[in-house]
Amino acid sequence: MSATMTSTAVCTVETVPLEGGVAALVDGVAVAVFRTHDGAVFALSNLDPFSGASVLSRGIVGSRGDVPVVSSPMYKQAFDLRTGACLDDDAVRVTAYDVSVVDGVVLVGAPREVT
Amino acid sequence: MVTGKRQRIVVVGHGMVGHRFAQAAVERGLTETHDVLVIGEEPRAAYDRVGLTSWFGLGSEALSLLPGGEYDDPRVRLVLDSVVTEIDRVQKTVTVVSPPSAAVDLLTNPGAVTVHDYDVLVLATGAAPFVPPVEGRGKDGCFVYRTIEDLEAIKAASERATSGIVIGGGLLGLEAANALVQLGLSTHVVEMAPRLMPVQLDDAAGTTLVRHVEKLGVKVHTGVLTEEIEGDDAVTGLRVRQAGTEEGAPTEVVEAQVVVFSAGIRPRDALARECDLEVAPRGGVLVDEQCRTADPAIFAIGECAAPGGTMYGLVAPGYAMAEVVVDALLDGPGSFTGADMSTKLKLLGVDVASFGDAFATTEGALELTYADAVSGVYKKLVVSEDGRRLLGGILVGDASAYGILRPMVSSGLALPDNPEQLILPASSGAPMGMPDEAQVCSCNDVTKADILHAVSEQGCEDVAAVKQCTRAGTTCGSCVATVKNLVEEHFASQGLVVDKGLCEHFRLTRQELFDVVAVHGYRRFDDIVEAHGTGRGCDLCKPAIASILASQTSTHILEPATAGLQDTNDKYLANIQRNGTYSVVPRIPGGEITPEKLIVIGEVARDYGLYTKITGGQRIDLFGARMEQLPAIWKRLVDAGFESGHAYGKSLRTVKSCVGSTWCRFGVQDSVGLAIALELRYRGLRSPHKLKGGVSGCARECAEARGKDFGVIATEKGWNLYVGGNGGATPAHARLLAGDLDTETLVSYLDRFLMYYVRTADRLQRTSTWIEQLEGGLDRVREVVVDDALGLGAELEAEMARHVGGYADEWAETLADPAKLERFVSFVNAPDTPDPTIAFTTERDQIQPVAPALIPVGAPA
Ligand code: SRM
Ligand SMILES: Cc1cc2nc3c(=O)[nH]c(=O)nc-3n(C[C@H](O)[C@H](O)[C@H](O)COP(=O)(O)OP(=O)(O)OC[C@H]3O[C@@H](n4cnc5c(N)ncnc54)[C@H](O)[C@@H]3O)c2cc1C
Ligand code: SF4
Ligand code: FES
Repeated sequence: MSATMTSTAVCTVETVPLEGGVAALVDGVAVAVFRTHDGAVFALSNLDPFSGASVLSRGIVGSRGDVPVVSSPMYKQAFDLRTGACLDDDAVRVTAYDVSVVDGVVLVGAPREVT
Repeated sequence: MVTGKRQRIVVVGHGMVGHRFAQAAVERGLTETHDVLVIGEEPRAAYDRVGLTSWFGLGSEALSLLPGGEYDDPRVRLVLDSVVTEIDRVQKTVTVVSPPSAAVDLLTNPGAVTVHDYDVLVLATGAAPFVPPVEGRGKDGCFVYRTIEDLEAIKAASERATSGIVIGGGLLGLEAANALVQLGLSTHVVEMAPRLMPVQLDDAAGTTLVRHVEKLGVKVHTGVLTEEIEGDDAVTGLRVRQAGTEEGAPTEVVEAQVVVFSAGIRPRDALARECDLEVAPRGGVLVDEQCRTADPAIFAIGECAAPGGTMYGLVAPGYAMAEVVVDALLDGPGSFTGADMSTKLKLLGVDVASFGDAFATTEGALELTYADAVSGVYKKLVVSEDGRRLLGGILVGDASAYGILRPMVSSGLALPDNPEQLILPASSGAPMGMPDEAQVCSCNDVTKADILHAVSEQGCEDVAAVKQCTRAGTTCGSCVATVKNLVEEHFASQGLVVDKGLCEHFRLTRQELFDVVAVHGYRRFDDIVEAHGTGRGCDLCKPAIASILASQTSTHILEPATAGLQDTNDKYLANIQRNGTYSVVPRIPGGEITPEKLIVIGEVARDYGLYTKITGGQRIDLFGARMEQLPAIWKRLVDAGFESGHAYGKSLRTVKSCVGSTWCRFGVQDSVGLAIALELRYRGLRSPHKLKGGVSGCARECAEARGKDFGVIATEKGWNLYVGGNGGATPAHARLLAGDLDTETLVSYLDRFLMYYVRTADRLQRTSTWIEQLEGGLDRVREVVVDDALGLGAELEAEMARHVGGYADEWAETLADPAKLERFVSFVNAPDTPDPTIAFTTERDQIQPVAPALIPVGAPA
């Protein structure tokens, strides 16, 4: 776990649509923040590694099996919201960020270690 | 045979069989060594005589077997409107008479008489209707039922008539009766035998058929002799007498102004008789198993021929004979040794089938029957004495088992222990149980083995591919259901069940989901997935459900309940580009635009620095807008009177137009006006896939309407409507749905067609594949749309009316709703900061995206 002191407040939790996403600028880098149906909040890099475009926040949020996923709006690969792992290509992973909700505000923290 | 020199084949008659001969000659390489000259008496190239009755609904063009009137192979020459009058077997020539119109110089050559040499002569002159010697048969109002010209004459006469009589209650007679009913005449059928279809049916089946036919308003008179056709010059009625009574016994008059003779056919063998070739006792040119006459240079095929003394009045044996002769000319071993005379048809909407030894004439044969008087079903099986083999049968009212039963007869497959199971209601025969040699398609002689070969070896993945590759199911269509079962069972046996469910979240097909949503009135994804699915959905089911909801309601697609379901492009009402920017496509209906509006587009593009391109859809696309710029750009466009072009939606794109009668010297209707009207009518309609239309002002087809999902081509009398075309990955030509429509009828057919598609097509299935996969194909579509066979017409039109009435411009509404505008920001915490990864260079004076540097996989961004 990274230190929470570097976390950035990006928006209120209601700003993130249920089963949807928004993009935020965190230290000059685009981060996609998602909320799943049950209200859980996740953050991934906004960059779609397959096209290079900064668009993951605009993908469709749903599930594959038990995994909560976003599918890229560009070429539709699915990414695990918890880890950033691409479910359609074992070799690909996007950065997942620590994220928390404090007093109704979404805080994006540091990139998670790749395990 | 002289080698080295090209041989000439002359074919007399360009009917169904003559055409098949020419086709086979080209396909099998006979034209490498032979020139083929085909002489046809009718004014048009061969057409589908089997489907003659559909001429009333479809017109001549749709029936044609050779729409261009010419073969692709220049070594086959077709001369129409010309009659062979004489054969000289010694000189090996034929004499041909053509009408003056076909001659070069009208004054010096009134009717051309030409003489042509042949090395091989093929007679394919068909048959002529038999008109019994009834007194008065030459009066005005008497017709036969064989050619398109016959139907034109019957149609014209029916306009002045109230009732009509068909003489003859056989297969063709009932077909003619069907036509008279459709022409609005009160219709009678007069048959000498004690039942209808005496050749194919037994008494019980005939009685069942009478009940069906009478329900449709046809009065049936069986066991009746025709005495005289009454009237001065024109027919006023038919005098009849009960069969079995003496001449002079009381008679009765059935009033009618139209009489159609359908009392059987006679082979057209006169040419052969006149040059002393032998004919069979009951007519038909006598030929051997290679269809050769006693003169080795002359063959006869089709209905004019009598192989072994028997004449066959069906098209399939004729096709087989055509192939045999081509084979013989290639020195092949083919022979014609008789044919299956089974028939299955839908007469006046009633299924009727008769096959094999239908009358149990085989020694010791047993009959098993099932009859249900209430629903009008009669089925009979004829089985061998030991109960082991099926010999034949008759089915009336429900002929669904025909596809399984008929091959059992030809293959001699052993019957199950309880053969009656095969005809009891809800019997589901397993076609996989058929032996490989069983013939599935009799019209084209395709066996079960051929079909399995097509799927397992030739890479055919569906019924459409199998049809194309084997020809099975392409003639009368009665075998298509069996073909489909075989294909599906084959894939099932490979463990490849073609799962039609949408995705892992829904086992339902799109059509089933559409119905579920309509029945329950769902408006939210959550309710649907909870009741009918699992998990939280994905990029397959969510957009499909968004589309279904949009088709059934007229609510804005970015309402909170549905915004999250929308696919990439719908989500921002614009098309995403490779670098994450968007394009802007305002609607330009029919491609018509004022200079003022053109200037606005130019100004907006200039002010926002957008790349500008004329699209393939007769409109203008502006590329390179960042997501947060979209509202401002659209505000300028909406203020200038533009609206969304739905380039982003699975919905109507454009209705392409040509300039039409307003400017073009050839145009016969206002194609631009209609294209605009149709584009405005169907704009915004959410559909399983995108929809495109086209309207051309004349047959030159400059709008490429037949390359669209719906295409309209102007005629002198109105509009022809074509459906199921597209370009793209697998191009398809649209096919004629209905012809010569007035604008009102055209629109109602289109309303029905589009709504039927929206309701029943699969996800991302364009109209062409939808039609292919629909049971019954285009004919089914026509039944539903034109004949209103399901009684759905009014409902479909009402749904379309709801769509048209509920339409509102998506961009105008978005601009008016602050909640919807909130989503158009680059970053929630920095709404005006442009995405730093987007960059452009300049090429040919306009912007172009710079490919974003791909981030090393797994590395922190
Ligand atoms: C802009 C345009 C090409 C051009 O520079 O001219 C174009 C561009 C795109 N086409 Fe197209 N098509 C364009 C005319 C066509 C045509 C020609 C026509 O309509 O006469 C065709 C073939 C005709 C047809 O559709 O039957 C065509 C067949 C396709 C297909 C293949 C469809 C198929 O059934 O196989 C796709 C893929 C799809 O829809 O799934 C496609 C998809 C696309 C998309 C939307 C791909 C996407 O999702 O990003 C492209 C982006 C459009 C955009 O604005 O960003 N486009 N596309 C044309 C826009 C027309 C318009 O004004 O709306
Ligand atoms: C209404 C109707 C429904 C039918 N339904 C079915 C069905 O369901 N199933 C089925 O199997 N069959 C059906 N048939 C029969 C089928 O149409 C025929 O078996 C088939 O058309 C025979 O083909 P053909 O080429 O031998 O004869 P045709 O198609 O009649 O062609 C012969 C051609 O030769 C031309 N010709 C004749 N003499 C000369 C000459 N001297 N010079 C130049 N040209 C000449 C004729 O004008 C004609 O165009 C139906 C027929 C009709 C009329
Ligand atoms: S439609 Fe063709 S040209 Fe246009 S983006 Fe797609 S592939 Fe490229
Ligand atoms: S049986 Fe007629 S098309 Fe197959």
